Amino acid sequence: MAQHNPSHQSKNTAHFSQMGFNSGRGPRPGEIQHVRSKNAKGTLLRIWDYLKLQRRGLFIVVISTALISCLMLLGPYLIGKTIDNYIVPHHFHGLIRMGFILFGVYFLGALFTWIQQYVASSLSQNTVRDMRQDLFDKYQALPIRFFDQKTHGELMSRATNDIANVSNTLNQTVVQLISSLFILVGSVVMMLSLSLWMTLITILTVPTVALITKKVTKYTRQYFSEQQRHLGEVNGFVQENISGLRVIKTFGREAQSIEEFKEINEKLRLVGIKAQSLSGSMGPMMNTMRNLSFVVISVCGGVFAYHDLITIGIIVSFLNYSNQFSQPINQLANQYNLLQSAIAGAERVFEVLDQASETLEENKGVSLKEVKGEVIFDRVNFGYESDVPVLKNLSLHASPGQMIALVGPTGAGKTTIINLLSRFYDIQSGQIFIDGKDIYTLDKHFLRQQIGLVLQDAYVFSGTIRENIRYGRLAATDREVEEAARLANADAFISRLPNGYETQLNAEGSNLSQGQRQLLTIARAVLANPAILILDEATSSVDTRTELHIQEAMKTLMKGRTSFVIAHRLSTIQDADHILVINNGEVVEQGSHEALLLQGGFYATLYKHQLTQGNVS
Amino acid sequence: MWGLKAYIKPYWKFVMLGPLFMLFEVFFDLLQPRLAAYIVNSGVVERDLSLIERVGCLMVGVALLSLVMGVGCNLFASRASQNFGADIREVLYKKIQTFSFENLDTLKTGSLITRITNDVVQVQNLLQMALQGLVRAPSLLIGSVVMALLMNLRLGLILLGTLIVLVVVLFGLIRFSFPLFSNVQAKLDAVNTRIQENLAGIRVVKAFVRNDYEKKQFKQVNSDYTRVSIRAARFIALNSPIVSLIMNACLVAILLYGGNLVWMNTVQVGDLVAFINYVTQVLSSLLMVSGLLMNVSQANVSAKRIHQVLTTTPKIENRMAESSSPILGQHIKFNHVDFTYNGSDELQDKVLKDITFEAYRGETIAIIGSTGSGKSTLVQLIPRLYDVTSGSIQIDGNDIREYSLLELRHSIGMVLQDAFLFSGSIRDNLSFGRLNATQAEIEEAAKMAQAHDFITRLPDGYETKIGQKGVNLSGGQKQRLSIARTLLIKPPILILDDSTSALDLGTERRLRNALKEVMEENMTFLIAQRISSVMEAQKIIVLEEGSIVGIGTHEMLLETCEVYQDIYRSQYGKREAYYGSTQSFSSK
Repeated sequence: MAQHNPSHQSKNTAHFSQMGFNSGRGPRPGEIQHVRSKNAKGTLLRIWDYLKLQRRGLFIVVISTALISCLMLLGPYLIGKTIDNYIVPHHFHGLIRMGFILFGVYFLGALFTWIQQYVASSLSQNTVRDMRQDLFDKYQALPIRFFDQKTHGELMSRATNDIANVSNTLNQTVVQLISSLFILVGSVVMMLSLSLWMTLITILTVPTVALITKKVTKYTRQYFSEQQRHLGEVNGFVQENISGLRVIKTFGREAQSIEEFKEINEKLRLVGIKAQSLSGSMGPMMNTMRNLSFVVISVCGGVFAYHDLITIGIIVSFLNYSNQFSQPINQLANQYNLLQSAIAGAERVFEVLDQASETLEENKGVSLKEVKGEVIFDRVNFGYESDVPVLKNLSLHASPGQMIALVGPTGAGKTTIINLLSRFYDIQSGQIFIDGKDIYTLDKHFLRQQIGLVLQDAYVFSGTIRENIRYGRLAATDREVEEAARLANADAFISRLPNGYETQLNAEGSNLSQGQRQLLTIARAVLANPAILILDEATSSVDTRTELHIQEAMKTLMKGRTSFVIAHRLSTIQDADHILVINNGEVVEQGSHEALLLQGGFYATLYKHQLTQGNVS
Repeated sequence: MWGLKAYIKPYWKFVMLGPLFMLFEVFFDLLQPRLAAYIVNSGVVERDLSLIERVGCLMVGVALLSLVMGVGCNLFASRASQNFGADIREVLYKKIQTFSFENLDTLKTGSLITRITNDVVQVQNLLQMALQGLVRAPSLLIGSVVMALLMNLRLGLILLGTLIVLVVVLFGLIRFSFPLFSNVQAKLDAVNTRIQENLAGIRVVKAFVRNDYEKKQFKQVNSDYTRVSIRAARFIALNSPIVSLIMNACLVAILLYGGNLVWMNTVQVGDLVAFINYVTQVLSSLLMVSGLLMNVSQANVSAKRIHQVLTTTPKIENRMAESSSPILGQHIKFNHVDFTYNGSDELQDKVLKDITFEAYRGETIAIIGSTGSGKSTLVQLIPRLYDVTSGSIQIDGNDIREYSLLELRHSIGMVLQDAFLFSGSIRDNLSFGRLNATQAEIEEAAKMAQAHDFITRLPDGYETKIGQKGVNLSGGQKQRLSIARTLLIKPPILILDDSTSALDLGTERRLRNALKEVMEENMTFLIAQRISSVMEAQKIIVLEEGSIVGIGTHEMLLETCEVYQDIYRSQYGKREAYYGSTQSFSSK
């Protein structure tokens, strides 16, 4: 994810020095992405809100940009004057004086360029820092529902690519855009002050160039997009066939796969040659246009000078101005597109910022002194989409310290019950009570602190094992962390690791086994010491023997707490005080294991089935 | 990049002609200021109007020649780069097809995909650039200096001197900025990791109410990154003012000294005009070169990554030996097989230790054990997806390394744990292993795999498209299709690697019944988690940390094998199991 390319800062910032015949290539057509934003004006205004915070810096950047542009325009003018007024008439002192003046102009130009870039870099970085922080804070504040609907990759890309895009644009494009405009207007003014006819001739070449460019670009773009299409096809093929390489190998189908690849690769080769030949010709063409405008100015200038309409110095100045004049025009289109794509990026960031945050009744809600852990669901209705009910009129009661098991087929609504209790989602009707208090009157943070979660996907953060356990209670001492690990049966494997508690876990903890990670999350929950505990398929991704080991740890954890256990394997919940069988969002049966077996209903069938098959479902 | 030069070779003509044309283009471009000087000197100063016209025509002609050369260069460069890219892509793809599972483990699928897509485009662009821009910019630079020196030695020397100073300064700046930017990258990684983790672990963050804590942590890394990148950017901000100041100082010097030379009549006014143009030309090509160098270093990384793939030796050697007889799958023998993933001999690295057993046609060999006990590795040794580290495996009396890989793999049908399907129709996927299968054969295999019913319920039946542009299948459906795909090739040896885990119990039972006949006629290896799935096998191998701790029938193992008893208890829910099993867990 390297968005920060050092070359960006330096590549296009040397306007001040480019004041002669320029030989750089024009932008390659078709490589500019055309991303259109939906509401560019509104987005710009919001970026402005961020920029506003650094008004002084912004002021300095704009002023220095204006000064640089003026100084840039002054250079060619002074050179022309030097030739006409001092070199041709042989004026030694004047020449020396002009030399000093010219150097002074260049020096000031360099100084202001430095100031401009110095300030602009912190301006843009600080702005995107604020944006990034806001986005991150927003991610923290958004309800779980939001994350369930979006992929991580998508959200990640907003925080990285899109923001980097904004940063680069602020850093260069905006400054360039401003200076391009200044120079455009300024060079026309300067040229007019020198010679009306020469100005007209110079300006005339511009629309010609623009027109030809547009024509050629239009023509090459279709080939370019065809090339992109074929490239996409090859990439898609590669993506799929390398992901499935293990299958290809087990079937011994390498040869066919190579043949198929060759076929589409050959297509890409042919189209690629054509597209590149065409679009690559753009550079020489632009170059020729510049050459021709150089010729026109030289020849016309020569003829005018011959007739004494202008001086030689003016020819020199015009050769420079024509370049300064055409360059911003060539760049404007490019910068405009960059700006557009940055605005589109910013828009995606703002789109997230505009999402409704989870409402936290931090100041409104009540905290309880002590939570015993009585949980009541009273005729709760809920659906993830308002017209698709997931829980229907669901009621349940858990006394303090009880172990409640939730059983039922996938999609029955077991996890939903947990989501509602933690207030990851809000109920549509009915009430949920903890110790007789409606949870909607409680402080949300306080509520969640009372609930410990152990999920199927045992999530650990990069950092040490100690830090990961301490996540449960940040203020915990090292002793307490180790004690929690001991209670969670995690102590044994941790102490066998070479660095023990200081072992660095890599991203998503892939250097631990699934079972070991689960033990860490249990230790984390032990340390948090919640009154209510939720174990949602905590052992579903481990084999049955590992499960036994983890269950032992969970038993310690559940002692003295109200716990909700969701499990596929019925053997794990036989000891529950109360088993709720959920199907289609409703409690269809409830009671103890023995009672439910006697009842001979849904649960009994499920149990018998698993008993004969082994308990995995 | 040099590692890839062999792939440039076939296009050497283009590679030579492109730069040659570019040199001519540069030459013609460099003539322009010279001709303009001529207009001023001989046309304006010496008052010759017809000369201005003649030179003007000449300049247009030169401009057009430059166009021809430029376009020509591009044509050759495009041909060279696109062919080069396509060739590399093909060579890479072929190479990757020869990779063993072990190679795939070390190089990672995702990284291979980026290499063959992104990195190839990068080096392709680099070649294009090398033949055009990388020729143009330096030769403009050198050409300008040479032209300047030719016009007037003393003025030219000022330009040359300045250029040397500039190059030194630029190199210094780049050198100092390098560590700054690698630091920026490191800080940026920290920012990204933080975001990534908070997105993936958002439930945990919320459940523990750590939002404020995370915000604070993020603020820290965010400010760190901002601080470092501002510092780097400020340093880089020195770059362009310094360069332009030096260059413009040179301009002033030329103007002053040149003015004096004009007075001494050693230089004409028009030459001064041309000089000023050469100076600016030098500057802009210098900036171009530094921009291009950035791209080169990026593409170089890509070239290295491609080179790495091309020089990787496939871990499985195909001896291509003519085998004496076709593989019938009568008998298989594991003979003291050890396996480590990295080929080391260390005991703790061993994934499989001293595996020895035999099996015959008609037998089903079930393998059971904890996650990470080596079950999948064991069966993957049979079709040589990995090669044994020591010991040997024999099929029908011959070491498997004596068969050709293709023959071996065609005789072994393996259903992998991950039911990977390709995009395309269901029929395409089923006939993957046997392209000429008839509809009847396909249906037969699908029926056996319990897939026929759900396939016929799909909108287009067997022609239904699956994958990105088609219907989404459930995990269980995918598994059944991948089983059917393997059954279709009617292999004498069938391997099912935990490939029914997503099926519900009823479907799994029906599948097992349907497979009974196939299993009785062939040799079947079956990896499973559930005791109930392995119970009926003739041989059950119990694996524990890479060793066989029990082998026999269900009844035998229940009597004698402690680990098997453990597994049995863990699944059939006896209370004492809680205590018996804790010892064996928790080592990695």
